[in-house]
This record gives sequence, structure tokens and C-alpha cells, in this order.
Amino acid sequence: MSGDSLRIGFIPLADAAALIVAADRGFAAKEGLSLDLVREVSWSNVRDKLNIGLFDAAHLLAPVAIASSLGIGHIKMPLLVPFVLGANGNAITVSPALYSALALAADGGDVSDPRVSARALARVVTERRKRGADPLTFGMTFPFSCHNYLLRFWMAAGGVDPDEDIRLVVLPPPYMVDSLSSRQVDGFCVGAPWNSVAVELGIGHILHFGTDIFAQAPEKVLAVRAAWSANREDVLKRLVSALEQAAAFINDPRNLDEVVALLAAPARIGVSAELLERTLKGRLRVAPGETFRGDPDYILIGRNGSARPDPSDAAWLYAQMVRWQQAPWSPDLLSAAKACFRADIYEASRVVSAGSSSVAAQHFRAFTGPNFDPGDIPGYLAALQTTSKSRL
Amino acid sequence: MDPALNIVIVDENPVRAAILADGLREAGYTRVTRIEETTSLLARIYSLDPDVIVIDLENPSRDVLAQMFQVSRVVKRPIAMFVDQSDAAAIEAAVDAGVSAYIVDGLKKERIKGILDLCISRFNAFARLSNELERAQNALSERKVIDRAKGILMKVKNVSEADAYAMLRKTAMNENKKIADVAQSVVTAAELLK
Repeated sequence: MSGDSLRIGFIPLADAAALIVAADRGFAAKEGLSLDLVREVSWSNVRDKLNIGLFDAAHLLAPVAIASSLGIGHIKMPLLVPFVLGANGNAITVSPALYSALALAADGGDVSDPRVSARALARVVTERRKRGADPLTFGMTFPFSCHNYLLRFWMAAGGVDPDEDIRLVVLPPPYMVDSLSSRQVDGFCVGAPWNSVAVELGIGHILHFGTDIFAQAPEKVLAVRAAWSANREDVLKRLVSALEQAAAFINDPRNLDEVVALLAAPARIGVSAELLERTLKGRLRVAPGETFRGDPDYILIGRNGSARPDPSDAAWLYAQMVRWQQAPWSPDLLSAAKACFRADIYEASRVVSAGSSSVAAQHFRAFTGPNFDPGDIPGYLAALQTTSKSRL
Repeated sequence: MDPALNIVIVDENPVRAAILADGLREAGYTRVTRIEETTSLLARIYSLDPDVIVIDLENPSRDVLAQMFQVSRVVKRPIAMFVDQSDAAAIEAAVDAGVSAYIVDGLKKERIKGILDLCISRFNAFARLSNELERAQNALSERKVIDRAKGILMKVKNVSEADAYAMLRKTAMNENKKIADVAQSVVTAAELLK
């Protein structure tokens, strides 16, 4: 059957793990699928090749899947998401100079607390403006990304306007570290392993894990074209089953060495096994020397119910786009966004319906601000604006 | 054709960028700038203020250009993807060739259709050249291995060069392999037995 061979684009990042393990450890074959994983260099390429049908499916930034479906920022192409490949996994890294400035501005406060660091950032921004210095510059990986929304949420919580007070620039992840060392950026938000690379080189401090800002945020998804999926629901369900089994395999600590070896292969992620192991364990060196920090939820590959594409996750991402004026607010766009995240396909797959799926996710819990209510996005956005204005 | 159009080429491959720039100049476009260095890409693009940006798809900096689609105070002129929904064939041809183009919003497509076509044909020509070069290099290295294997056989078996080659060819045919692969095995075995 020709429909059983799938060409899937991916970016070499730790949250492509479920795809790689499904392809290389026999879980796809068990479901009668053959996965041809194609490594790409940019999200724009992944998106375009999915759009024109060179890929059947793709490892994609969760917000890109929604933006594409809504026709925002690019050509409109309705996509659907039957599986969330990864949640969290990001961190905010700053230069040693900015770290010192933040610590000083925190006035004895603990900058590892995002409420403290956000206030300190606001003071640094004000002080720089007073003495006529250039605004601080932060790098992130794509306009439609949780990296962008994490940075903005954190900054705004301290009363910093990320569009007026800060320069936010897109940088390809491999260039992040260079840009920090050449002082073109003062900080960045990116996924593994780039934060660790900056710390190892002694040019960066990990200020926050993404989980300090959002307890659980959908990060990368498996996306397919809605039109392509129309007569392929069976293939999709088998793909979800393969990914669900791969995620379970990844999360069994006994398999860690094998998983890390599969991911580290040059044609896959191609970074050192040691860095990948630390990433999957959520134990990162955060400052030069032996300063480690651990968080079991640092990156989630299917754990804590994170693989389930909940339509309210899509609503939350859409709300971030509206907040930062990437998308206009409309109930129709909200419905279209929610319709991309197909929990029904996920739940109908053989493995998930057999009951291996775990607890419901702790969605959208942020370190500050109002609770997110997918039924009242205008109310959520209005409340955010008030808290930002009154500062912390 | 519109010689006044300001065109920027972003390509880390200097040879391909030069081929493309030459092609555009031959076609009469006089304002063509190449950016090979990708640090501060956006700042350079803003200072050049192009009408058309051409970028190779192997360039991770392509995502940097996504920022130009955002409504933001730093953007001087809105930029659009050259191709839209109605141009599926054009997108496919460009992606196949490994190139993507962006234009200033509002620029009439007819004015730059020729540019994209030229980019696609030059990128394809470059890919063909690279493939040919690679094949030529492979052929050269294969011939070197075969020569070494012949030398080993001539010495060990005390045969002529023609006989040594015939032995390699016969073995390759019997085992359904390439002569170069058999030659490589001979060389490897000789290394091991040294």
C-alpha cells in the first residue's frame, strides 16, 4: 500500500525524539508504516514542503500549525494536529553582563524567581534608556513560536513592552550562541541543546527554564495537511499509535542509553549523547562551573498527558497571537484554531484508546497573571493588560 | 524586465551566488547585491532596502526573513512571499530548485516573474554542475582504487596489468558488484594482511 510510506520533515531538536524513535526502533513498522525522516534547516522550509506536498507530515512549531491554518503571516493551508510531539523544553539564557545587571537591579531579590527577574528587567530597561544606551536585544527562533511568547509574557509581566522597550530578533538556533558571544544579543529563548552550549562556553547563564514561565505549553506538534488526511484517517491513527509507543519507550528510564544513542546519530539530531541525556533528564548546567538545576518537566515527550492535542491548547496559542497583534481577534478564527488540534483522532488510535494515555495536563498555568479560560479569550487578554500595566 | 529593481541575494555558497548575480546582470538588472555573511542579516537587508530578496533553502537564516512579515516598528516596507496560493506550480519549481524569493508588498508580479524564473534555472544549473563534479570526483577516486588493486594483484599473483584488471572484472561480474567495490575489498584485504 503506497499510503503506508510517509515522508516526514523534522528539525534536529530533542523534541523530534518520538518521531525518531518511532522510525528507528520499529514502532512505526509494527503499525505497518515506513517513515522516511528528512532533516531540514529552517521552519520556513518544513512548513513550505509540507504545504506543497513534498512532506506527508512534519515536526512543526505548534503556533506555526495554527498560523498556517488561519493564513496568518503566510499562505493559508489548513493543517491538523493528531499528536503533540513535545511540550516545554525551552529556556531563557542571558549574557553574564545582563545576568549581573539583573542581579544588581533585583536589590537582594532572587532572580531565579521570574517575578523578581521581570521587575529587575524593567529597571535595567529604564536605566539604559536614561543613559541613552541601545535597547536590550533578545533572540528567539520564529515569530510563531513559544520562544517568542515565553519571552514576551515574562517581559510584559515586569511592565516591559517587548515591542517598544526591547529588540526581539529571529535567529536560527545554531547562530544563537555566536550572537551571544559577539554581543549582538543580550539573551535568547531557545530549545535544547543551545542554552547548554552557551553555558558550557562560559558566555551565558540560564536565567529561567520555560517551565518557570508556563508550567506546560505545547511546543512542537506533528502536523499534516487537512486535505491529505481526508481519506487517510486509518494511516493517521496508526502513526499516532506508533508515536505513543515511541514516547512510552522514551519515558522508560531503562531505555535512556538506547534512546540517546538513536537520537545522537548524525542523520538524526547529531549532538553529543551526553547533552541529550541531560536534556531528557531535565538536568542542566545553568551557570559556568558545577551549578546544575533539575526539573522533571523541563521537557515532556508525551508525559503528563502532553501528547494529546487539546483544542484548548490551540485556543491558548491563538490567544498569544492575538495578544501580540499577530492575529486579529475573532470567534471564527478561534474556532478554526481549535479545529486544528484533533484530540478525537489521538483518542481513537489503537494504543491510546487501549488506555495507555496518562493524566490530564496542567495546561496554561503561568507564573503570574489571570487564569486562562478558553471560553473567554477577550476577558483573559483584558485581565493580562491590567496586570501588565499595574506591574507585579 | 525592470533594471531599476533592487535585488538582494542571500546565499552562503559564494559560487552559486556569483552565478546568479551574473545571470541577473546579463539579463539587464543592474542593482544586484550579494550577502554571504548572515550575521546582522536583517539590519543589512533594511539598509539595502531591496525590492526583491532571493535566498537559498539550505540557509537557516531563511527563518530570519519570517520576521519581515510581522507588523513591527522596525519594518520600513512590508515584504511578501513572492508566490501566493494561486502559484502552486511556481512554489514547487522554486522549492525543487532550492530557492525562495520575497518581494516588497504591492510589487506587480509580472515585473519580477523573469527574476524568479532566472533564479530557478540558475539554481538548477548549479545543482547539475555540482552533481557532475561529484560524479567526476567519484570516478576519479574509483579509478585510483582500481589502480591500487591492480598493482596489488600484479605483485601478489605475478600477472600483467591486463590480467589483473580481468580478474577484478570477472569477480565483479560473478558477485554482481561494481569493479570499484571489488577493488576496494582487495585494497582493504591487502592492508589487513600487511
